[in-house]
Formats: sequence, structure tokens, C-alpha cells
Amino acid sequence: MKSFAKLLDQLSYASSRNGKLTLLKNYFIATPDPDRGYALAALTDEIPVTIPLRRILTELSQSRFDPVLFEMSRDYVGDSAETLSLIWPDKVLAEDAPHLHQIIDTLKTTPRNQISTQLAAWLDALDVTERWALLKFLSGALRVGVSARLAKLSLAGAFNRKIEDIEELWHGIEPPYTELFDWLQSKAARPDINQVPVFRPLMLAHPLDDADWQALEIEDFAVEWKWDGIRVQFVGQGGRTGLFSRTGDNIAAAFPELVENQQFEAVLDGELLVKRGDDIAPFADLQQRLNRKTVKANMLQDNPAHVRLYDALIIEGEDLRTLPFDQRRDRLEKWHAVNQLHHTDLSPLILPSNKEQLQSLWAATRENGIEGLMLKLRVSPYISGRPKGKWYKWKRTALSADCVLMYAQRGSGKRSSYFSDYTFGVWTDDGPERKLVPVGKAYSGFSDEELQRLDKFVRNNTVERFGPVRSVLPQLVLEVSFDAINRSNRHKSGLAMRFPRITNIRWDKPASEADTLSTLMKLV
Amino acid sequence: MAEQYSSWLRPAGAGLYCVPGDFYIDPHHPVERAVITHAHSDHARPGHSAVMATAETLDIMKLRLGEGAGRSMQPLSLGVSMQVGDVTLRLAPAGHVLGSAQVVIEHKGKRAVISGDYKRQADATCLPFEPVSCDLFITEATFGLPVFKHGSDREEVAKLLASMAAFPDRTHLVGVYGLGKCQRLLSLLRAAGYEKPIWLHGALLTITQYYIGRGLDFREVPHVSEAKQLLAGELVLCPPGALADRWSRQFADAVPCLASGWMRVRARARQRGVELPLVISDHADWPALLATIAETGAEDVWVTHGREEALVHELSRQGLRAKALSIVGREDEGE
Repeated sequence: MKSFAKLLDQLSYASSRNGKLTLLKNYFIATPDPDRGYALAALTDEIPVTIPLRRILTELSQSRFDPVLFEMSRDYVGDSAETLSLIWPDKVLAEDAPHLHQIIDTLKTTPRNQISTQLAAWLDALDVTERWALLKFLSGALRVGVSARLAKLSLAGAFNRKIEDIEELWHGIEPPYTELFDWLQSKAARPDINQVPVFRPLMLAHPLDDADWQALEIEDFAVEWKWDGIRVQFVGQGGRTGLFSRTGDNIAAAFPELVENQQFEAVLDGELLVKRGDDIAPFADLQQRLNRKTVKANMLQDNPAHVRLYDALIIEGEDLRTLPFDQRRDRLEKWHAVNQLHHTDLSPLILPSNKEQLQSLWAATRENGIEGLMLKLRVSPYISGRPKGKWYKWKRTALSADCVLMYAQRGSGKRSSYFSDYTFGVWTDDGPERKLVPVGKAYSGFSDEELQRLDKFVRNNTVERFGPVRSVLPQLVLEVSFDAINRSNRHKSGLAMRFPRITNIRWDKPASEADTLSTLMKLV
Repeated sequence: MAEQYSSWLRPAGAGLYCVPGDFYIDPHHPVERAVITHAHSDHARPGHSAVMATAETLDIMKLRLGEGAGRSMQPLSLGVSMQVGDVTLRLAPAGHVLGSAQVVIEHKGKRAVISGDYKRQADATCLPFEPVSCDLFITEATFGLPVFKHGSDREEVAKLLASMAAFPDRTHLVGVYGLGKCQRLLSLLRAAGYEKPIWLHGALLTITQYYIGRGLDFREVPHVSEAKQLLAGELVLCPPGALADRWSRQFADAVPCLASGWMRVRARARQRGVELPLVISDHADWPALLATIAETGAEDVWVTHGREEALVHELSRQGLRAKALSIVGREDEGE
């Protein structure tokens, strides 16, 4: 518990990603099994016991502290678990702090009605940081700015392994991951994961730039439409079916229509979409379905999910990843024709006869409501990561608008002394009464020198301060490019930009000449 | 009854007013006659005609406020009683910062003590708090919630030194209040055996020099502008506001630290981008507030500023007559 509490405490204040990685690496190297495994479970949200912590916290705080004082304290601290850890009396520490594995083992066998007594006994034996860490550990939400991916990256770094190898194992192993650590430390062979659906690392594409386009020979590449959904890996193994996001999270629970009554033995690569009849719905509809633990019936009806397949990594136990794209595609087509997975189809190959035709297809993508094109080298094997010169994404040209800087916010980490996050707006419309309304926020696209100059502009033109945010005089025009703009009732302007970035700072342009809301409406 | 005091001690427009003595304690607006508990800017305001305080408080007010410190400045020695109007007035040490004092007022056989800001932890840079038994105790409540327990200041300094050892290539930049916290930290660091120069932001120099003039030995405390390089591996003290200021960019990948009682609450540290919070406070924490109030034996307690609601609630629970005084102009931060 002591070293875990120290780790969590330091992580909660560390501002840089590298700082966090170092802390994690040192912890995983120095801490013995099985405690480091349970720490890893906590960091990846895989703690193997669940207790009704909220109810227990309420019970403990109400039975032990004056309710008015506790409530006032909680309002001030902003977090029940932290409040309880701070307000809990400090005891002379006679007992040793329990180990993480002792906590897990004890909770597995403690009757529900005795959990709060047990928890109180532990809290009595801990100091303030350890009390906080224990409650965070049991809450299942650490909130110390470490993603599951970052935790796995730190393992890869600590034990000199490839992150892909760890991710490939991940969904086949369970806390405290002793067999994983044995393998990481070369004490045992790689764990066998062939009995359950697991995620295999993906092959990713590079954006196509001018030089790539010039060098490109059309006959070397297979061409597909770029679908506006999310990348998924659809896995059937040992009679079970999994659906993984590009980061390896199993999102099957949110898409029952895809995995129920769906048995196959394969690892498939594709795009998750919402499809009604023959029509692909806008990305916003798919968003309604994401990040849910359960789904309601009307969701299934209104926004039915669909997987558009474009590659196969494994079919019927045979690993195809070393084969060229053309052969994998051929195997996928033949297998799919026989197996007929419901709620799936194949992403069609487009066959332009020359580069000019390809270019005009691309030029028409926006008009046709398509996000762009994918170009895949026909002879390339399936290589995880982002290998050079194999797969290209060729997005439709960005839209652009001249907006006025309205608010600036302090950045974080290295940028905490700079106003580096910018909210910008456009004019409501022409006329003397016109106002600026915010349409988006961006914090990238400019150089370090430009950041210095923007920061200076914000400081010299501040009108009001609201905590870390400043409103500025409406004087600076930002040229903002974005992939799309949609209607949104979450924003005052009624519009929301997708992927905005600042492409140019128009120091020369008068703010009065910036774009208007009606101009942006035409781009929806 | 609490009302028995309000005929001679009560909050008025400018602050707490003593009627038979015709003076204010720590008034927020300019007044004829003011008694000042200590020289922090939310207690020692400029523009009063006559000011009474300890000699140290008056000196620091002159350093900070110049001509505005007051037209006539009358130093009071600690523990020495004097007649002011119809009351007897004396000052007792408060343990907050150099020169800080409680105001003890006697009138018609009753004694009231106004604590000003105070702490009960030892501090080598000022005299310790002296408990004065009284009928009415008027206390601060900056850290008036049971979550505030400050712990050992030496352990916090050890934490800072351990971090410096762990990150020898980075500058440790510690935000401190210019009067009191800065000098207390200097003293703690020296007591912990830290021998290297401790670099100071320009805003900390004047008061630190004053402390040195009063016989405190901080050894080498150069101004940051004298540094020839980025101060990697060195320790720099600055006002809290400078941590996220452009000024902070000149150092070697600075570790932002802040020495304050607020650092006990994680969200407070994170909001300010603090990587190393140091819980060192010049105010009484919750247990010290309760212990001090009990020690004074007062049956009436008025709470001036901070989280007065919670303290009033707890004292009422204990059977004391407690109420919150709404006094304008105290900074919530108080550190």
C-alpha cells in the first residue's frame, strides 16, 4: 500500500507525460508480485472486486463525523473520498499498512454488511495519503491522468518489450497478471491467449502529402472510400465475439446487435458505422452509441450499428498478416461470401483507370459527403503501427473561415505560463447591432514563435479575467481550418466545428472583416 | 449574553470598532485611529491618521506603504498595558509572522482578545502565540474546516529536499508569501542543513532584509538577477503569483512548488499547476483553532474571517456562544 500510495500521489501532481511514464516504470520494476499487478489493474480499470463504495463512504462519514461539518468539508474539497481521507483521525501507526493483494483477497471473502467495518479498520492503520490512495483504489476511478495505454507503455519501457506484444496479450489475461510479469522479466514463456477474443495491434495510415502523391503509381495501390466512423477490430474466437476500438478497449457491450448470435473464427479490420437501410448515417449518430455500458431498445432501432470490413488479420486460425494486401482481401471476400456475418458488408474497392480519374474522385468527396480516400499498397503485409509508404489516408480538403479571437485560456504542463487555448467566434451578421458568437476552440496549428506573440497579444488586450480564462478585445483574426461544421445545440452559435486548427494568424486583417454566422451556416 | 459586548465592541463600516477606546482593529478603510495586528496587506491598510502596533509591524508597514503607512505611528511593547479612552489595551504575541500580535482589551471588568491571524506551530522567525484567558475571544478561521490539519513543517521541508535530490537538473521554484512564509521557509531549510544559496525573487528582498536586520541569519540569499545560469538544481523562492508568470520561464525546467495550508486539498494544488505541494501554514489548523479557543476559557467567541460557518457550528455544538462577524476586506486566500 505504501509504495502504491506514493506512486498515486506523485502521479496526481506530475504534469508531463514523460514524468508519469518514469514514475510508473520505476514502480513496476521495484514492486513485487502480486501487488504491482493489482496496481496495474487499478490503472487500467480492471480491479477484480466491486464494492458499493459510495454507499459505504456515506455510511462511514455519517456514523463517524458531524454531518454538517462533513458536508461543508466535502463542498470545499470537492471529492467525498478525499474528504474522508483528510478528516479521518490520525492514529499512531501500530500495524503495517495492508498490501494491495491482502485488500483484494480480504474483500473477496468479506460479507457485504461487514465491508465498511473492514474498511474503517484499514483506514485506521494508514496515513493521510495512503487513506486517499486506498479509497481511490477501491473506487475504480483513479483520476490521476494515466490512461490504460500509458500504463501499458510504461510496462513496455520498463521491461524492454514492444507495446504491441503487450496489447495483443492484454485481453487474454487477468489481474494480478503474474504470467504477464513473468514473461516481461523473461522468467516464463509468453502467456497463451488463443482461447478468448483478443485485440491485435492495428496497421495505421499516413496522411498523403504532395510528395507522396507525385511519387505514387496508381497500379500499386488499392483504393477505398474513407468512411466516417470509428476504426474497429471485430474478433471471433473460441465461440465468443469481441469488438475492439483502435485503442484495444472491448466495446462489445455497447453493440449487442453486432455480437449476439454472431459466431465466427477470425480477426477482422473495419469501420464501425450507423447504417439505416442503404444509408450511412452522420458521425454524430454513431456518437450517440459510443461510451455506453448498456443500450436501450430505442437506440438499437434508431441508430443501428454496422461494420464495414476492409481487411482480415486471421481467418479460421490462420494468420494472414504476412500476406500481401491483395491476397488478404481475396481471402476476406471468399470467406465473407460463405459466412455471411450479419450487420456487416465489405468496403468496395474503387478502380480508377488513371491518376487523373483518382484525383477527380477525391475532388468530389466533399460534394458526395465522403470523408476522403484510402490508398493501400497492394504488396504490403499487415504491419502494426504506422509503417511508412504503405497506407495513405487522403482526406477531403479542409474548410476554412476567418474568425475573431474572443477568449484565451492558460495551457497545461509546459504551456502553463502561456495563454495557449483559444476560443474564437464569428459575427452574428452584418449591421450595427452585430455581435461575436463563439464557434470553436483550438490549441494547435501555430509555431512556438507565434505562440509567444499570441500570448503577448492576450496579455496586452485582456478585458476580463475569469480564473484561468481571459476575454480579449475583439481585434485579432485567426484563419481556422476544419474538417466539417455541424449543427449543435450545445453551443451558443448553434454550430460546432470538427477538428479545428489555426492555420494562419491574420495580424493584418481588421476584425470587422471576419466571417459571419450565415457564411458558416452555408458550410453545414 | 453576547449583547453585553456589542455596546463596546462591534463591526462598523471600516471594520471592528472599539467604542469606549475610539479605535478600530485592522480597519479596511482609512480611519482616525487604528490598532494593527500584523503587517499583511489585508490587515494593514494605508491611510490611517494614527496607527498603534508593535514596532516590527510599524517598520514593515513603512517599508511596504511608505508615506501611506499612517500620519502618526505609535509603537506598543508586547505585554505593556496602556489606557486608551475608557479601555485598557495591550498586545500579546500571535505567532503568525514577525511583529504579529493579539489585541487584548479590558473594559468594565471584562476582557476581550482579538486574535488577528495566528498559529500554534513553532516558528523560529517570530515569537510564539501566547494564550490569554478572556471572556470574549475574537478568532480568525482561515482553515476552519476539520479537513485542515497541517502536520509537521520539517517533514514538508524534507519532502522538498528529497525532490531536489530526485531531480538534480531542474530548478525548484517555491511560491511563498513575502512576509512570514518566505523567511520561515528560509529558516526551516537552514535548520534542515541546506547550505547552498537560496535565490529570491525581487519582491521578497526588502522584507527578508528587514528580518536579517532583526537578527535572523539566513546565510546566502541572493537575488535571482545575480544568477549567471539557469539555476538547474537550485532553489528559488518567489511570490505565488510568479509561479505561472512569464518570469518563471527563465529557469531549468522548473518544478512549481507552493508552500501553503491550502496545499492539503489536491484540487487547490492542481488548479495552480503545482507539482510539489508543501503544507506549511502560518495559520492555526482546525485542531489548533479548537484547542486555542478552549484554552482562552472564553464563553463568547466571534469568528471574523475564513470558513466561519463550520467553526461557529462546532463551537455551538460544544455549548459556547459563537457567532460569525461579517468583516469586509479580508482575503479568502489568507496565505
